[in-house]
Amino acid sequence: MTIDAARGAPPSTGAQSPSAPPELVQLLTPEGERVEHPEYDVELTADEIKSLYRDLVIVRRLDQEALALTRQGELGVWASLLGQEAAQIGSGRALRPTDMAFPSYREHGVAWCRDVDPVSVLGLFRGVNHSGWDPREHNFHLYTIVIGSQSLHAAGYAMGIQRDGGDDAAIVYFGDGATSEGDVNESFVWSAAQNAPIVFFCQNNQWAISEPLERQSRIPLYRRAEGFGFPGIRVDGNDVFAVLAVTRKALDNARSGQGPTLIEAFTYRMGAHTTTDDPTRYRLEAELEAWKLKDPIERVKAYLVKNQMADKDFFESIDDEAKTIGSDVRRRCLELPDPEATAIWENVYATDHSLLAGERDQFTSYLGSFEEVTR
Amino acid sequence: MSTETLSLSRAMNEGLRKAMENDPKVLVMGEDVGKLGGVFRVTDGLQKDFGEARVIDTPLAESGIVGTAIGLALRGYRPVCEIQFDGFVFPAFNQITSQLAKMRMRSLGTLELPVVIRIPFGGGIGAVEHHSESPEAYFTHTGGLRVVACSNPSDAYTMIQQAIACPDPVIFFEPKRRYWDKAPVELDLSAAASFESAVVAREGTDVTLLAYGPMVKTCLEAAQADEERSIEVVDIRSLNPLDESTVMDSVRRTGRCVVVHEAPVFNGYGAELAARITEKCFYHLESPVLRVGGFSTPYPPSRLEDHYLPDLDRVLDAVDRTFEW
Ligand SMILES: Cc1ncc(C[n+]2csc(CCOP(=O)(O)OP(=O)(O)O)c2C)c(N)n1
Ligand SMILES: [Mg+2]
Repeated sequence: MTIDAARGAPPSTGAQSPSAPPELVQLLTPEGERVEHPEYDVELTADEIKSLYRDLVIVRRLDQEALALTRQGELGVWASLLGQEAAQIGSGRALRPTDMAFPSYREHGVAWCRDVDPVSVLGLFRGVNHSGWDPREHNFHLYTIVIGSQSLHAAGYAMGIQRDGGDDAAIVYFGDGATSEGDVNESFVWSAAQNAPIVFFCQNNQWAISEPLERQSRIPLYRRAEGFGFPGIRVDGNDVFAVLAVTRKALDNARSGQGPTLIEAFTYRMGAHTTTDDPTRYRLEAELEAWKLKDPIERVKAYLVKNQMADKDFFESIDDEAKTIGSDVRRRCLELPDPEATAIWENVYATDHSLLAGERDQFTSYLGSFEEVTR
Repeated sequence: MSTETLSLSRAMNEGLRKAMENDPKVLVMGEDVGKLGGVFRVTDGLQKDFGEARVIDTPLAESGIVGTAIGLALRGYRPVCEIQFDGFVFPAFNQITSQLAKMRMRSLGTLELPVVIRIPFGGGIGAVEHHSESPEAYFTHTGGLRVVACSNPSDAYTMIQQAIACPDPVIFFEPKRRYWDKAPVELDLSAAASFESAVVAREGTDVTLLAYGPMVKTCLEAAQADEERSIEVVDIRSLNPLDESTVMDSVRRTGRCVVVHEAPVFNGYGAELAARITEKCFYHLESPVLRVGGFSTPYPPSRLEDHYLPDLDRVLDAVDRTFEW
């Protein structure tokens, strides 16, 4: 069976291929050149740039540590952020402490910006808990694995901000694939109708597991926003300056009552979807090679060098620091205690629950019966 | 008769392939089912052989997967939907329970919805949350859906073809932790039991274990391990409709029964079995029907799942208790 081309296939003219390159906001080229954009700019001191560079290097290092821990069987699975560091650090550093961020499951870089201990991010992947941090303490919500669900939570949270007054904002992270889910589209509708102070931060890393963006969309994702009634903008997701600038502006708009913005951070998933995935089954090595030239860290390094803002010692010290942080996280990951069996029944309800108490007591005495036998 | 040794995943694949060869209206649709061949490789190579029109890499939208499958079925197709993991079926819940299940009746029997929804289910693979759940009771509780679960490669091969041929919607549960188990598969369907039937997977005289999906193997191992008692294992296979006669025959013979599933015991499928058996076999029972299963909590982090999931010891502990009466 084939599909009648005239009826079944998307038109070859008119509609732009969804992953056709930019139309995007860029302030720092892959070669490390500063470029101008008519609408967006960031004023950054040398120290601020060096600080961004430090973030980028550290989160990449932490990612490598987590991948190694997975290979060694210490984590069950890992969703790597490799290639998406600038999208996450740029947006994460645009936030104020009182803003609220809603991540999917890949936002380890944003977690870093929200001062979440990297070890507590590993707990979920190690299988010792479903989450290791207090979302209220960091204004960084739980990871959400069911694709797109968190977008409605963010919309609702933003409605709460609106009712409380003040000028905080909410930001929600999701992937290119997630834009197909009903919940994400409903969150667009809700936020638009409510004029909610929210930023939709879509990391278009070109793939949803094995599916290229063409399976989800006929137009560039940022253009979806227009139909919902708010602005959409595409930014070079591998350019930390541009991501910072664009996210700041979107947050400012949210703060000043102008409602939602959709940011499409155009980037690339350099690794497998997760450690259980084998991307050689569905994508070409050449694509990866092309994106390597757009590395988010190298361009900042090139910029710092070119402008004599940092020397060899600086880069070495950052590498050393990243290494130290990485091995500290590794050590503390291995020390994470396995939970007690009774943790199964903890925190399910606010108050005592007779059914759960009964199950717990019965299971505890069942486990105890083994100890009697072996004693 | 010809047999071939296949993994459960491969047997599913061969079954799907057969169904697609036999009926050009059969479509396969789901996330990553095309080039990747599904995250469990169940649809491996199907897109290459049958084309993109028949093996559809869908948008990441489960309500859409089932909703459009309904539309395709209305147009005469037989869609086989893959839900990537048990925990991701819920965005499609409305389409399954309010739309798919009811359409035949609402149309006074004029509409036919031969849609199969495949769901890899259950735990034991060390996964993160939402990847290890057993949501079968939501669907057995919904009139209009047939609900089946395969436990071994042979049944996987046979039952998927029977499910696809069925004129009603079928929720088809696959025991994901058994995907790589291998066994001989009978490739000739002519002598196959109906997919609505339960089967005695192991004969015994003292107590009946009732299970489906991943727990059948656990029960068989428990039966094997018990040197004192003769344990019969019945593979339920079809949860709705339930093959009462096979189940009741067994329990009447043994007089004792333990139901085992991974899903929470409270309000789980085992509650239905226990109630029915009590009603129909009351005078044959030497002890109450006992249930072994998951707890009334969210599925725990993977380092705790060995406690949550029924294992040999918990099954045999329940067997012991049936002899304490
Ligand atoms: C509702 C739901 N369906 C399916 C899945 C399985 N799944 C996990 S990640 C993923 C692809 C997500 O792609 P995208 O939104 O682009 O995010 P990325 O992983 O690329 O960051 C899928 C299908 C899921 N987690 N939730
Ligand atoms: Mg993606």
